[in-house]
This record gives sequence, structure tokens and C-alpha cells, in this order.
Amino acid sequence: MTPATPSAMIEVRDVSKSFGGVQANHAISLNVPEGKITGLIGPNGSGKTTLFNSIVGYHPIDGGSIKFEGREISSLRVPQIARLGLLRTFQQTRIYSKMDCVRNMLISVPHRNAGFADMFKGYSAEQKDKAEHLLEFVGLYQKRYLTSGDLSFGQQKLLEFAMALMNEPKVLLLDEPTAGINPTLINGLIDRLKRANEEFGITLLVIEHNMRVIMNLAEHIYCLAHGEMLAEGDPDEIQNDQRVIDAYLGAH
Amino acid sequence: MTSDNTLVPDAGTRAAGASDAAGSEKMVLNRDATPWYVYAAVIGFGVAAPFLFPAYATQIALLWLMILFALTWDICGGQMGYNSLGNIFFFGAGMYISAVVQIGLFTNVRAYTSARGGEQLVLDHGDYFFSLVIGTGAAAVGCVIFAVVLGRIVFGLRGPYFAIGTLGLALAARELAGTWEWIGGGSGIAMPVYPGQPDQKSLVFYILFLVLAALTFLFLRWLYSTRFGLAANAIRDDEEKAEAMGIHTMRHKLVAWSVAAFFLGMSGALFGNLTGFVEPLEVAFPAATFGIFMVVMALLGGKGTLWGPVIGATLFHIVKEVTWTYLLGWQWVALGLLIVVNVVFFQEGIMGWLQRKWPERFGISVDERMSAGTVSRETNP
Repeated sequence: MTPATPSAMIEVRDVSKSFGGVQANHAISLNVPEGKITGLIGPNGSGKTTLFNSIVGYHPIDGGSIKFEGREISSLRVPQIARLGLLRTFQQTRIYSKMDCVRNMLISVPHRNAGFADMFKGYSAEQKDKAEHLLEFVGLYQKRYLTSGDLSFGQQKLLEFAMALMNEPKVLLLDEPTAGINPTLINGLIDRLKRANEEFGITLLVIEHNMRVIMNLAEHIYCLAHGEMLAEGDPDEIQNDQRVIDAYLGAH
Repeated sequence: MTSDNTLVPDAGTRAAGASDAAGSEKMVLNRDATPWYVYAAVIGFGVAAPFLFPAYATQIALLWLMILFALTWDICGGQMGYNSLGNIFFFGAGMYISAVVQIGLFTNVRAYTSARGGEQLVLDHGDYFFSLVIGTGAAAVGCVIFAVVLGRIVFGLRGPYFAIGTLGLALAARELAGTWEWIGGGSGIAMPVYPGQPDQKSLVFYILFLVLAALTFLFLRWLYSTRFGLAANAIRDDEEKAEAMGIHTMRHKLVAWSVAAFFLGMSGALFGNLTGFVEPLEVAFPAATFGIFMVVMALLGGKGTLWGPVIGATLFHIVKEVTWTYLLGWQWVALGLLIVVNVVFFQEGIMGWLQRKWPERFGISVDERMSAGTVSRETNP
């Protein structure tokens, strides 16, 4: 196991989680270095989303430790962790479907230091400008006043991504960002994820099933199987790792 | 359906639409586009009504109360998606708080209630209105405290469980008030006697209800124009997402309920003084009548809108008064029918229907291409 470097944004150590008799995660450890794109792959049911949920505080973990910027967060709740700057998107896209895109964006402003009185403030012109700028970034500018629930699934996914950027997170956990998106448009999304990483300096941890996408995107990849860490390495190592190939082809 | 081709970078779009963003003044959310003559008509009616229809002053005062009911229910039920069946609790709690405070200012509450109405509290003008103001203020503050304390418990519940939990709260309060002898138990409390003629009393309370309902409306009109309005809508649409984005969901839920409690508590205090007698079953905690009416009125008018509860309450109140007068004996059947038709066939309510029919009148954009069913790529030369 690689020793924790000081620049690790997320440091997961020996995290276990079981649901009844099902051991979804067993002694998982991983590091997400600052400013990098890290990938998380594994066959269906290997515990990727469970690990995501553990990191963002969706459920308590059975054992181990999760640190964010050196601070233990395994006992914090979802909104508290989100306010620290660790944000996730959902596999099943979640947006505020009865509100238009601009409102979806505005309500996603960072709530990091939101005091009681901030509830009753309005939005500044800069914030609206930023919302429109990010909507343009994902290509939804012309649809900004449409009710978001009327957008296509792919567009909703883009909106959710833009909302996450609006929140100015330090780390963004993306759960299958390209699932359900037209294959010919995936390149555009990869490009945007890379730009978010480079231009906005957001550290990314990405769950992905599409091997072409993840090999293109991530600098370091972790592979889970049956709730355990199977392998880690750079894309080339992972692609040529016999254990990974076996796991995906069902040799276990 | 439109295609996902907006993923293709198109540099021209923002420049093309930049003109409307150029005037970058402070952004106003949910701008109230109500024409001035609507406000003028409502104010005109409100001011003239007691002089035009002096015999109906109390009925019209109750109309303002109904509007207040529907407006306050809609904060949680419509804007935030938390359907409370127990908001009547604050109405009754406010009524009892004001009763105890108003009587306690001048006499011993225990001795007064144990006389079972044998004593009457007769005050002069100054004392009466002083006690009314203090009692109403105490009701507002007390109900906000109740909302914050009880809200922490019931807002852990979601969906139907929240509805049942709040209903249980109202019913429990009603039983408690019925057995608590200090506040009169089942036989209730007689309020201080109004020092003046009945005509004058109904006019005074008419004005008080009108002002309170107007204040409620104006406050909510402002509240929905702040971030709070967006956060409440976000909680309605997807609370789990709102939490994942770091929104202080519990804080917003407590504020929403506290605002409802604040105005409902004051309305309860006024209502108790208007009827002159407070008892738990029919006056303070009428969960099966007022408690249900407030939900029905908001649904009828269109929940989640500013004017919906106002329209719904007005229509409902008129139907109710007419059926009580002309269909006596069948009035509950007629009202039940209205509720069934509303819930089964007309869930969006009047404002919801108007907004769907003429979305551009309400500032809602519709994708033309989507409705036309054509897929075009506007970036194509």
C-alpha cells in the first residue's frame, strides 16, 4: 500500500461496510491526490458506489477511517461533508426537476459559510453571471430558462455536473458520468471533465464502467472486485493486469 | 425529444444571448408580475366590504382568516413539499397562549378557570387592547418556539409519515388541552369581554384579520423572492440532492414551519378573542374542519404558488358559505364532493392550470422545438 502523501485530498484506510450479511466493502484503502483525476473501476456489485456513499457520509462505516484534507470525516453527515468541499454526483442523475436551469444553478452556490441571515439574501449579478457561464461551459446556455425536468437525460447529467461546479468543490466524486450519454458525445464530456480539473483545479474521483473513458481520463486507477481492492496502478498497468481482466470476464 | 447535441461546443450561443445578461443589475427571483389593478381590487374590496355588507363583516373576516390558513399551509406543503395535516396545532396553541396571557395579566388563571365561566373578565378599552396586543404577541412567540422544538422531531419524518405525525401532534394537543384543568379542560376558557357594541367589535376584528392576512401575504411575497424560496423548492424537488449539495435542510424546514406558526399563532389569538370562548374540540383544534380546509384550499388554488392559496381560499369560502345557506343538511356532501373532484381530477389547482395553459404569462419558458417535436441543430450553418 502506498504511504499517505501529504497532498492526498481523500485518504481512505481499511474501510469496511456490510449490509446485513453482505460485505459490500472489506478493508478498502485508497488515496486521492490533490489536483489529479483518480479512477475507480470494478464489475457490477463490486462495491464502488458503496465506497462513494461511505466517503460522502451517506451511511456510517463499520470500521476504518476516512480523511479529507487530513481531517477525519467518517462521523460527519452528508451536508456537513458537502460544505467542506467534498461533493458527489449521482449515478441516477438528480436535479431539481421543477425548477429551471438557472435556478438549479443558483441554489447550488457554496453553502460553506452560510449563516442564518444568508437564507434571506438574494443573488448578486456575479453569481447569476457565473451560473450562466457554467451553463455555457456544459452547453446548456440556450436552455437556461427551461424547466430542468423537461431536458433529456444527457442534458440533465450535464446540468448536474454544472451544478457541482457552481458549488466550487475541492473534490468531486462522479458516479458514472457517462452512463446513459450518447456514445458520440462522450468525448465532449471527457474534455469538460479534464478542463474542470485543469482550469478550476478540482480534484476528481470517477467511477466509470466505460474502459475507454477511464483509461483516457484517469492518471491512477483503483479496481474493486467483490468488495475488496483488487489492483491499482496507472491505466497501462491496470489494462494489462491479469487479475483485472479475470474479474471483468468473470473468472472469479 | 431534443438531442444531446448541445454537448458540441458552440461558441456563438452566449454572445448571441449576452444582450439580456448585459444589464447585470441585482437578480430578482420570483419577481411578482401581478398587475397593479389586482392589488387595487383586493385592497378596495377589503376596505369597502364591511361598509357595503355590514351584516357579513364576520363572514368576510373569516375569509381573510381562510386566506391566511391557506397561505401558511402552502409554505411547507406547497413550496417545500412537506404536507402537514397538523398546522391547526399552532392555531389552537396560539389561542390558548393568548387566553392564558390575557387573563393572567389581570387575575389568577387557576381561580378563573376553576370557576367554569362563573367569572367574567370585564376590562376597559385600554386594558382590553393592551391585553390583546400582549396576548397576540405571546402567541406568535410561543408558537415559533413550539415550531422549532417540535419541528426537530417531526421533520425527521418524510412523505406520508410526516403528514400522519403532524396530524398526531394536533390531536394529541387537543386531548391534552381537554384534560388540563389549569387551562379550563373540556369546559374551556371565557375570553375577556369586548368593551363595546357587537357591531364595533366585528369591525375591529375585521380590520385585524384583514391586516394580519395582508401582512402574511406580503411577508411570503418577500420570503419567496429570497434564497429561501429556491431552497424550499429544492427540498421539495429532491431533498437528498439538496443535502448532498450542502444546503442546510433542517434550518430551512424549521424556518418554514416557524413562519407558518408565527402567523397561525396570531390568527388563533385573534380568533379566540373574536369568538370570546376557547375550548379544545371545536374552537381551538378543529382538525377535521379548519385543519383539513387549509390543505384543501391550497390544493384548490394551486399549491406552490403565491396567489394559489388566496384564490383557493376565496373560492372555497364562497362555496362553503353558499352551501351552508342553500344546501343545509347537504353542505358536507357538497364540500366533500368538491374535495374529491379537486384531488382526483384537478390536482394542479387553479394557478397550476393557468401556468400550464399560459406559461409565458408567468415567466416560464417552454422549449418551442420540444413542443413542436422537431429536432434542430441551431449551431448548424
